Amino acid sequence: MYYKKRNFFSNLHVDGALLLGISAIALLGLIILYSAKPEIDFIERQLLRLVVAGVIMLSIAQIPPRLLKVLTPWLYFTGLIFLASVLIIGQVSKGAQRWLDLWFVRFQPAELMKIAVPMMVAKYLDEHLMPPKLSILFLPLLFVLLPTALIAKQPDLGTALLICSSGFLVIFFSGIRWQWMFYASALTTACLPIFWFFMHDYQRQRILVLLNPDRDPLGTGYHIIQSKIAIGSGGLYGKGWLEGTQSHLEFLPERSTDFIFSVFSEEFGLVGCLILLTLYLCIIIRGLYISVQAQDTFSRLLAGSLIMTLFVYVFVNVGMVTGILPVVGIPLPLISYGGTSLVTLMASFGILMSIHTHRTLLPK
Amino acid sequence: MLSATLLIAILTIILIGRLVFLQIHHHALYKTLALNNQVRIVPITPTRGLIFDRNGVLLAENLPAFSLEITPERTPNIQGTLDAIQTIIPLSVEEHDRFKKQLKYKRRNEGIPLRLKLTEEEVAKFSVEKHHLPGVDIVARLIRHYPFNSGFAHALGYVGPISEKDLMEIDATNYRGTYSMGKIGIEKFYESILHGKTGYQHIETDAKGRTIRILNRIPPTAGADLYLSLDSQLQHACIEALNDQKGAVVAIVPQTGEVLALVSTPSFDPNLFAQGIDVNSYKTLQHSPDKPLFDRAIRGQYPPGSTIKPLVALQGLELGLITPEFRIFDPGWYQLNGAGRLYRDWIYFSKRHGHGSVDLEKAMSQSCDTYFFTLAHKMGVHHLHTVYTQFGLGKRTHIDITGEAQGLAPNAEWKKRVYNEAWYPGDTLNIGIGQGTFLTTPLQMAHVTAILANRGHSFMPRIVSAIDELHTGTPVSQLPKPAQVIALQNHKNWEIVINAMQKVVHLPGGTAFRISKGIQYQMAGKTGTAQVFNLKQNEKYEANKVKAHLRDHSWFIAFAPIDKPKIAIAVLIENKHNKTGADIARVVLDSFFNSKPSEVSSDLTGEDETDVGGEENTE
Repeated sequence: MYYKKRNFFSNLHVDGALLLGISAIALLGLIILYSAKPEIDFIERQLLRLVVAGVIMLSIAQIPPRLLKVLTPWLYFTGLIFLASVLIIGQVSKGAQRWLDLWFVRFQPAELMKIAVPMMVAKYLDEHLMPPKLSILFLPLLFVLLPTALIAKQPDLGTALLICSSGFLVIFFSGIRWQWMFYASALTTACLPIFWFFMHDYQRQRILVLLNPDRDPLGTGYHIIQSKIAIGSGGLYGKGWLEGTQSHLEFLPERSTDFIFSVFSEEFGLVGCLILLTLYLCIIIRGLYISVQAQDTFSRLLAGSLIMTLFVYVFVNVGMVTGILPVVGIPLPLISYGGTSLVTLMASFGILMSIHTHRTLLPK
Repeated sequence: MLSATLLIAILTIILIGRLVFLQIHHHALYKTLALNNQVRIVPITPTRGLIFDRNGVLLAENLPAFSLEITPERTPNIQGTLDAIQTIIPLSVEEHDRFKKQLKYKRRNEGIPLRLKLTEEEVAKFSVEKHHLPGVDIVARLIRHYPFNSGFAHALGYVGPISEKDLMEIDATNYRGTYSMGKIGIEKFYESILHGKTGYQHIETDAKGRTIRILNRIPPTAGADLYLSLDSQLQHACIEALNDQKGAVVAIVPQTGEVLALVSTPSFDPNLFAQGIDVNSYKTLQHSPDKPLFDRAIRGQYPPGSTIKPLVALQGLELGLITPEFRIFDPGWYQLNGAGRLYRDWIYFSKRHGHGSVDLEKAMSQSCDTYFFTLAHKMGVHHLHTVYTQFGLGKRTHIDITGEAQGLAPNAEWKKRVYNEAWYPGDTLNIGIGQGTFLTTPLQMAHVTAILANRGHSFMPRIVSAIDELHTGTPVSQLPKPAQVIALQNHKNWEIVINAMQKVVHLPGGTAFRISKGIQYQMAGKTGTAQVFNLKQNEKYEANKVKAHLRDHSWFIAFAPIDKPKIAIAVLIENKHNKTGADIARVVLDSFFNSKPSEVSSDLTGEDETDVGGEENTE
């Protein structure tokens, strides 16, 4: 007999531990955003976004995983159609076509795919025997690579890689053999020169600059150099809130968005960074626990992939601002200023909560 | 699950390792770097390219002006500073708003202009107070200036402050330090080459951001100079001739497509925009009933009226439906299949009789509607539409100015698609005399005239004839862009039509015979009238009884000399009230050929075509 305590949170389908972690990080985010741009209405706007995204998270948490599974193909194929139409009729913004004007809202189909791709792969694998045989993996690979190619063509390499990884993470969680993963990564490495050939000039530039930041001291290289100076000069305890010279003397670019972590490290030092990373790890471990506790394959794979994607975000963003990964324009989850990716992120937290709080009390 | 945890652990350790490396091991290094980090990269704005006319007359230049700028980073209390400035130099609401908007997206170490052009008095007043306003500077900037004010406003367009929307379309890095960009006209069309490339300099500053010395400098590249095909003398002649009438004149060199004059009146002063126009002046311009901001020459769309008849005649000859000798009898009206509704000839409204026996020459010179009703009906809408399209009507000419209207050459498919109605024979009669839903721009009609003058050889109208990118003083000419050639089966048909057009001006009884008095060259022309509203079947059009804005528009197209045409021109007068399009054309052509402008009768009681022929929406 399986027994579970019912409380206020679980009646609302909210996972208290996740909510606590998210709130703590978001609060830290608002504090550091104020330092990056000391304007009250700027912070108010971000707070409003957090609230709206929170409401979306709670709404999604009410949808039982069974229903999510039914909705999956609809979400996926709608997203795919939108992606294709963005390429055809999409509005050109900053040289890249990412937005679609849907008469009431400007909408970025790639964001939808961040969730729809792992859902689709999870649903497909759920309908087959675990662990999957190699032949079964053909369709899931297609489900992942098709939207990845469309997004890479926009061109938005960062998002394309994230979506690709979220899809592969599902396959990874399905327990395929280690050898296959080894072969796959070997194949990818072999294909790197081909990717290089298809890259845009500015994308190649970013990778070359990573290897040698002095190559482009006016552009991307300048960003990396300044970011490293900001982080390094923070030291163990940091310069203190609102005391960062790099950020307040305007040396740091994109302070409130992609490079917010540099501001944070400059002002709060290594200690602050460790606290922040620990908070992220708490959320991630909770997410993995939710995945383990999940009662069906679909939920287990989806929860695992979504939470690992969060980790990938954190890793890539911090890696980028500390100069170990190329600048790919990926925001720091829950902290960077901006609404679009925040909504997607909170929606995936909503899914995690739904998976955890809709478990049936009796084992099947 | 175990492997996932392991992966997370490894990657997290890498991150922490990197942080420890930067923040502990190399802390001393980066701390020093941060302290020494006083080298700023400051953009150097390139000089915008100059614009000259075909004779080297300067049409757009850059003049130094003192602008008042705030550098947010060095300003402790922005709102307080704004209030303090307000007491010295009164700022308008929109100057405030514009500043606030730019404050959002400009870098905080870059100056944001509050006002672009200070008067000397303001400079003096402010200099006294400057010491207690940190972060506020008077900066010498170059601002765009148009020496001829309103003279070239519609052709040149103007520059204005870069908006957030503009930023999406341009390379923002190259516009750091640039305050304004082309908004319309040539300034917009050639923005990419007029702007130039922004340079940079590394400046060493002290802790307060003041410049100590310049370390290295990557100079900017000035924008390309443009040489237009416009002739400023001719342009002025057009403006003078139009005087206070609303209208447009477009003149083209038939052999190359070069635009010699492009005038739309009334006009406006583009310098207002370049200096940052205030809301009140803008509203006055925008809401003026005369629409001075509206470029009638390329955006105004009007039914071509009888100026379209040469094309109908040409097609009639080509199809063998008429010969120069072919005659009809005009009782003053036309009836489809000899019965039903009367389609009246324009002459019937004043004379109550028709043109009598009419051949092609007379039909053209007296603009006989009945003749062209007969011809249009024989020809049918398909062939009419074909010839209109061949001459580029209903589509853009692709002149190098933004915002050109494409007009409308209607046909049965169009009517079906838009109104879901069948095409009636009456519609064919209407578009056969250039009325109804038919719409053309003065530029299109000038283009049509140039094609006629050139006997079918068509060139894309162009306004920039040479570009000097390297400022060598020897601009690189832009080659004429030939468009599709109209090849007739019988080349003689060009001469037949052109000969008939010559009679419009030079034969007594021609609708523009008045303007041939004392003329020293031969021209081929055609008058036209575009209806603004419809008369009832037997109503007489009397200009003085009709409200000004409902009066007919007057057209005239012409080219001269007839054998080796040097110029093709289209004139449109909105709601004609004293001079007709033909009168204007004579003055302009006289100026072009440098002959003394002889007296042109401004007496309008004479024979003046009004062409109120067919009726719209006939069934």
